[in-house]
Amino acid sequence: MIDDGGPIFRQVADLIENAIVDGSLAEETQAPSSNELAAFHRINPATAAKGLNELVTDGVLYKRRGVGMFVATGAREQLLKRRRSEFADQYVRPLMAEAQKLGIPARDLAAMIHEWETQR
Amino acid sequence: MTAAATVQDVTMRFRGHTALDGVDTAFEEGAITGLLGRNGAGKTTLMQVLTGQRVPTSGRVEVFGARPYENDRVLRDICFIKEGQRYPDHFRVQDAMTAAGLFFPDWDADLARTLLADFDLPGRRPIKKLSRGMNSAVGIIIGLASRAPLTLFDEPYLGLDAVARQLFYDRLIAAYAEHPRTVVLSTHLIEEIAGLLEHVLLLDRGRVLLDADAESLRNSALTVTGPEEAVQAFARKHELLHTESLAGRSRAVIRLARPADRGSAAAHGLSVEPTNLQQLVVAMSLQAPAARGPRSLTPATDLEEVS
Repeated sequence: MIDDGGPIFRQVADLIENAIVDGSLAEETQAPSSNELAAFHRINPATAAKGLNELVTDGVLYKRRGVGMFVATGAREQLLKRRRSEFADQYVRPLMAEAQKLGIPARDLAAMIHEWETQR
Repeated sequence: MTAAATVQDVTMRFRGHTALDGVDTAFEEGAITGLLGRNGAGKTTLMQVLTGQRVPTSGRVEVFGARPYENDRVLRDICFIKEGQRYPDHFRVQDAMTAAGLFFPDWDADLARTLLADFDLPGRRPIKKLSRGMNSAVGIIIGLASRAPLTLFDEPYLGLDAVARQLFYDRLIAAYAEHPRTVVLSTHLIEEIAGLLEHVLLLDRGRVLLDADAESLRNSALTVTGPEEAVQAFARKHELLHTESLAGRSRAVIRLARPADRGSAAAHGLSVEPTNLQQLVVAMSLQAPAARGPRSLTPATDLEEVS
């Protein structure tokens, strides 16, 4: 949901991206309208529209005149590719920083990840 | 941007008290602006000069390209809902709706009917017998259904419970989505409406403290925590709004010089938390007195009697 971190339009775009990545918003289906997003998240409709337009610019959504916004074919793959490239920065970096603070060497960390994977 | 209303160097003095002190601002057409500030900051006075209810001591006010004072053409396009609005003694709720329908050219009678049901307002009840919250609801309904190109709400929520306030915000979003218009909303319940605002105007003792796009504010404000020296070093590069220290550690509310610098706080070894609009407004309002001497002791409520 919308929180205090960063601009709301970016968070709106992220929420829709998440829905596309996890498959709940399939390609070639209609994305929620700016008014629906505004009502649901209790935000300004202009801000919601800005978030949608950001995704149009990125090629994730496209407009069908008079109908609304739809998820582009290939959008999920495009988002996965971008998120994988951001993964190290967003998740590995803070993980390493905390590990360093606690004195956990990288090989122990690798063992922990392996252990977690096998226990699941 | 096209401005629905502009305020140029407006000063408003009341017997020894300056309510507005050289205010320069503009209200963007079709945007929702939050008018924020402490009691006595000048919010109500600014709304009064915008709506032609007061003539400023000096300066210029224009609404839709003309001065609002005694200008019927402009005043028809303005709906001003104030806290504790009074109505003629014999008025029932439905009489207030009828009167508003006669005055506002774009009045939406269907919306008014729906809202009366939403807020559970009995149309036949005399307004003076309504509770405070119900009285506020009457104002809110008139404000929303007026569809006035410039609609101002001055703390419209007095006596409204949390459920009714939520209803107000939801209906405001819906009405605005359907027919975008210029809305100015003054409130102390900043967190409740932060997501609705496109623009923020913060007043402090009659002066503009902050006049900014809400999204850029969200992007530029943050709270950093860490060793005192590291916090100070980081703060020197940006705008320090408020700081507290305990046992060698500090917490500071910062406005970044550039939003892109957000990541550099972590590089300074600081932990970073987002700062919401309410925290930012409190920090800025607290910081302001040091720059300009002690706060005036004149209570804002006296202004009505003076004029």
